[in-house]
Amino acid sequence: MKCRRCREPAIIDLRRHNAAFCKDCFWRHCHEQVKRAIHDFDMIERGERVLVAVSGGKDSLALWHILHELGYAAEGLYLGLGIGDYSDESGRFARDFATRFGLVLHEVDLPGDVGFDIPDGSRAARRAPCSACGLSKRHLFNQAATQLGFDVVATGHNLDDEAAVLFGNTLRWDAEYLGRQYPVLPAAEGFAKKVKPLVRLGEREMAAYCVTQRIDYILDECPMAVGNRHLHYKELLNRLEDSSPGAKAAFLFHFFDKAHQHFADAVVEERDALEACTVCGSPTPAGECAFCRLQARATRSDAIPVSIGRRPV
Amino acid sequence: MKVRLRNPTRDIEVTGPKTVGALLAQLDIVPESVIVIINDELVPHDVRLADTDEIEVRSVTSGGAT
Repeated sequence: MKCRRCREPAIIDLRRHNAAFCKDCFWRHCHEQVKRAIHDFDMIERGERVLVAVSGGKDSLALWHILHELGYAAEGLYLGLGIGDYSDESGRFARDFATRFGLVLHEVDLPGDVGFDIPDGSRAARRAPCSACGLSKRHLFNQAATQLGFDVVATGHNLDDEAAVLFGNTLRWDAEYLGRQYPVLPAAEGFAKKVKPLVRLGEREMAAYCVTQRIDYILDECPMAVGNRHLHYKELLNRLEDSSPGAKAAFLFHFFDKAHQHFADAVVEERDALEACTVCGSPTPAGECAFCRLQARATRSDAIPVSIGRRPV
Repeated sequence: MKVRLRNPTRDIEVTGPKTVGALLAQLDIVPESVIVIINDELVPHDVRLADTDEIEVRSVTSGGAT
């Protein structure tokens, strides 16, 4: 198999693009896809400060590397979730990456700085671990960005992540979530701009990017996420992609082009009507924000600790 | 050939020679969900694997709902 661009031996074949690439041309392909996403969705203006949400996994480290290579002023934020050895190890990968490339990594430790970890917090608040984790990440990344003066929060959500989320939202015809699903959420009072520059790249490309760039990342899956619906949707979509290459990208990008606008108005109205949280000041529909309610329940003295890997009731 | 599968990590023996694509088909692995690595280098699906090769089949699927 030869590289489509230079005819050297290929290291990866991408059926979605009906192409194979050598190492150098594959890196160029990844950079071009990110540049195109940033351009098409007006994600980042030159001179804007970017905070990359870094997990120690392949997607966030590849994103940080690509933004750095493209010349963006990108610093990282690692959120320690308190998920036992998994968090210890993922934090090490994030720090090692920052040290190797001389980049600034900020850190927030959920148990130490906020008072709870994801296993115990989700149990106490009676939320699924992935739900408590997602809520905590969205709140704390936005809070850090606004406090540290960043214009943009960039996350490593890739084409597979977004297609799986869209699949789940569509199965339920969840109009609110469909309205929010877009590669860029503009800045608003109390909100930094949020962008997903990897939306044109699949997770196979991101893993390949890290391996070929010799970027070490955590291989283990989060023990709290094992068996969740999101992973099941990815498996279904990969089966579909195998028989119909390009199906995932068509599903996602035709949604952005043709359907998203029909769900977006309600989200804009909802965002315009937000008030300041009575506890932390973050935007919320009324009273205490969802994160402050989670924190209050998770840090109550009668909260029940759980061990890693146990599923919530 | 020796094949190391990830998530969870386990080692198996598979008789060669055969292509990467044929190996994945034999193991009922969807090609879109993995990368295949030999000696720290990626290989595409048409590469022919020898009986003496040591191969890593690495899952690329990750993440909880956000």
